[in-house]
Amino acid sequence: MKLDCKHVWEHISEYIDGSVDAKLREDIERHLEHCEICSAILDSTRNILVLTADDRTFELPVGYSERLHERLAKELESSGQDSEKK
Amino acid sequence: MKQEAGTNEAGLIARILAGEKELFHELIRPCERMVYLTLFAIVKNEAEAEDGAQETVISAYRHLASFRGEAKFSTWLTTIAINEGRKRLRKAKGAAEDSIEEQTEGHEGDFTPAPLTDWREIPLEALERKELREALRVAVAELPDIYRQVFILRDVEELNGEETAQALGITTSTVKVRLHRARMMLQKRLVPFLKTTAPARRGFFGRAL
Repeated sequence: MKLDCKHVWEHISEYIDGSVDAKLREDIERHLEHCEICSAILDSTRNILVLTADDRTFELPVGYSERLHERLAKELESSGQDSEKK
Repeated sequence: MKQEAGTNEAGLIARILAGEKELFHELIRPCERMVYLTLFAIVKNEAEAEDGAQETVISAYRHLASFRGEAKFSTWLTTIAINEGRKRLRKAKGAAEDSIEEQTEGHEGDFTPAPLTDWREIPLEALERKELREALRVAVAELPDIYRQVFILRDVEELNGEETAQALGITTSTVKVRLHRARMMLQKRLVPFLKTTAPARRGFFGRAL
């Protein structure tokens, strides 16, 4: 089947995730071979996902981990008093 | 590291429950980034997200005995984080507006990507630019809640579709739809930003053809 661009766009996310079936994958790939626009959309979306997965994009507040473990240590300590000590 | 945590997870939990509670620090360590980002995806405020993350971890510790191991520990923890985030959001918005969970994806809105013809000419260095990361952060923050939450769980925290569905209490097909729309909205938002990038070079992803 010949796909039009719009049809390809609808499946672009699943295509990236590898969750389209073999037949559709083949149709999409055939379309991409000659369609610059869809290829560019696919590449741009992929690049955004690369950037998204980059730890520097979504950073944690400075000292987050230290504060978290400090708070947890206090909790562990106080929970210990209930069970272990009098 | 993640792998290791996965295989030792059940053993670690058993030991914690048996009294070696200090090990909870180790159990939580591989997940702490995820906990924060989950909270942030919901409350959209750093301080609030950090507070919520701490509450999540404490709550997980207190309820560890009720973790049955049917899901991965990280998924269980994500569920606690989501509940914590929603609780905070409700508190912030007041009881008047109790519509957080009722949002659904309508058919209104435009979820088509932005066409461009020369993406592959955008240099790899463009992806290294701080401004681009900042633009992405802003674009993600501005996504409608239901899309942002799915996007963060799937593409930032890299949970799979099933884990995401389980954590958010939605179906996997809803996850798919929301993820697709989120990605398309981001693509559209970021394309104009990238188009202005100068010298042509090969794209980061060559076409796999």
